[in-house]
Amino acid sequence: MTVTTLPGLRPVTRTAPVVRRRRLGPGRPIKFGAAIGPVVLLAVWSIGSATGWIDPRVLSAPWTVVTTAGELISDGRLQSNLWTSSQRALVGLGLGIVLGVVLALISGLSRLGEAILDGPIQIKRAIPSLALLPLLILWLGIGESMKVVTILLGVFVPIYIHTHNGLRTIDSRYVELAQTVGLSQREFIRRVVLPGALPGFLLGLRFAVTGAWLSLVVVEQINATSGIGYMMELARTYGQTDIIIVGLVLYGILGLLSDGVVRLIQRRALTWRRTLAS
Amino acid sequence: MAPYAGIVTRNLVRRYDDRAVLDGVDLEIAAGEFVALLGRSGSGKSTLLRALAGLDPEVDGSGELVVPENVSVVFQDSRLLPWATVLDNVVLGLRGAEEKGRQSLAEVGLAGREKAWPNELSGGEQQRVALARSLVREPELLLADEPFGALDALTRLKMHALLRTLCEVHRPAVLLVTHDVDEAVALADRILVLEDGRLIAEEVVDEPAAVRARLLDALGVSV
Ligand SMILES: Nc1ncnc2c1ncn2[C@@H]1O[C@H](COP(=O)(O)OP(=O)(O)O)[C@@H](O)[C@H]1O
Ligand SMILES: [Mg+2]
Repeated sequence: MTVTTLPGLRPVTRTAPVVRRRRLGPGRPIKFGAAIGPVVLLAVWSIGSATGWIDPRVLSAPWTVVTTAGELISDGRLQSNLWTSSQRALVGLGLGIVLGVVLALISGLSRLGEAILDGPIQIKRAIPSLALLPLLILWLGIGESMKVVTILLGVFVPIYIHTHNGLRTIDSRYVELAQTVGLSQREFIRRVVLPGALPGFLLGLRFAVTGAWLSLVVVEQINATSGIGYMMELARTYGQTDIIIVGLVLYGILGLLSDGVVRLIQRRALTWRRTLAS
Repeated sequence: MAPYAGIVTRNLVRRYDDRAVLDGVDLEIAAGEFVALLGRSGSGKSTLLRALAGLDPEVDGSGELVVPENVSVVFQDSRLLPWATVLDNVVLGLRGAEEKGRQSLAEVGLAGREKAWPNELSGGEQQRVALARSLVREPELLLADEPFGALDALTRLKMHALLRTLCEVHRPAVLLVTHDVDEAVALADRILVLEDGRLIAEEVVDEPAAVRARLLDALGVSV
């Protein structure tokens, strides 16, 4: 029973027993919960390797992987392969972003542009860019240009799709506002359309970065002579699982880092989205 | 026609799908006059206002329409661009008007909030920014479509006082659309009632209580 008394008011009496409601959520978060899974995995791997339960030809021990990484760094192979891979990814990503944005602007701002461009790009979207590899190899050979173009093709589609969508879905209320304050076409595009499409572009960018790494992994296993993928392919022929794992860890780090960078850009560019509530 | 800084409409008709939503509206508002337009939901108030604001070029219709060059509109939602700061919203589309924009913000009691994002303001503050955006353009005619409809009762009363003060200073002709009889009586010099696309009543606000009673009657509300 709860009794509340306010000055000048009659006491309010609640006779119903207070029901403790069952919590529906999954419960309180565990401290450092995100680290538990990886730590368990690492422990199983270490114990398995130490007891001989995991054959080193199948999977090298964690400490072997660490020493191998150290050796790869000290003889400079890791850095030079990492540099080659990052360069490929960045050039492909950069060109893909430019292409995607330019195409999105043309087809987002003019009906004629949309009529010409949107159809072919939607068709391209339905074909995974990696499926184009045989054709690209015939056209461009197996050199750097084939690799960069493959990455570019995987990048420009999500950039185009999300930027174009952002440009086309400007709230009609803002169009009306622009008319009542007498904005010119140019001011309208600069003040309303482009900032309105920015969140779409940034979403596309996140997909694009993921896509760039995916394409990189694939093209680097086709007749490359340098790069992380090449390093792993070479290790495969010698059965060096430790080097393969170093390569996997590198890919993972690169993926996480680039996603973090994109998210940082997103936060910076969209400060206006942070509201009283957050 | 002689230069006239208010509104004149003659036999204004607007149709949606062959249904006359405005069915011959004759309206005159003098320069500096504050007129409220009352009417039930769906009576055609917004349609009339959009016609006056020139926002309906694709709507079928006829009639004569004279409106001043410089018209500002306040919408029910504040319609601020979320990605532009408060000051940039106020001076949207104006060149070199920063200083005037600041003054205008000070007038609506938001000095110091120039750099804020619209999302950081309360509903009432956002609507004050929208007022500043309208007034910084020094309009001869201010059109407002239920501008306080989304605000709580207390904020609304404060906004009434603010709007009245601002209109006394700037003297635009005002057409305020509302469905709130008390709001109309509190603010306007003259009140019109729209029903099914026709103006069916007109009241000059001299004795508020009597006017209020007659308006409620015209709107079909028995008291
Ligand atoms: N764009 C439109 N297309 C078709 N009918 C419309 C449109 N806008 C308004 N109407 C109709 O016109 C009538 C009057 O609408 P409106 O002027 O918005 O009323 P009010 O603002 O008085 O509530 C309503 O019946 C509405 O359904
Ligand atoms: Mg309306």
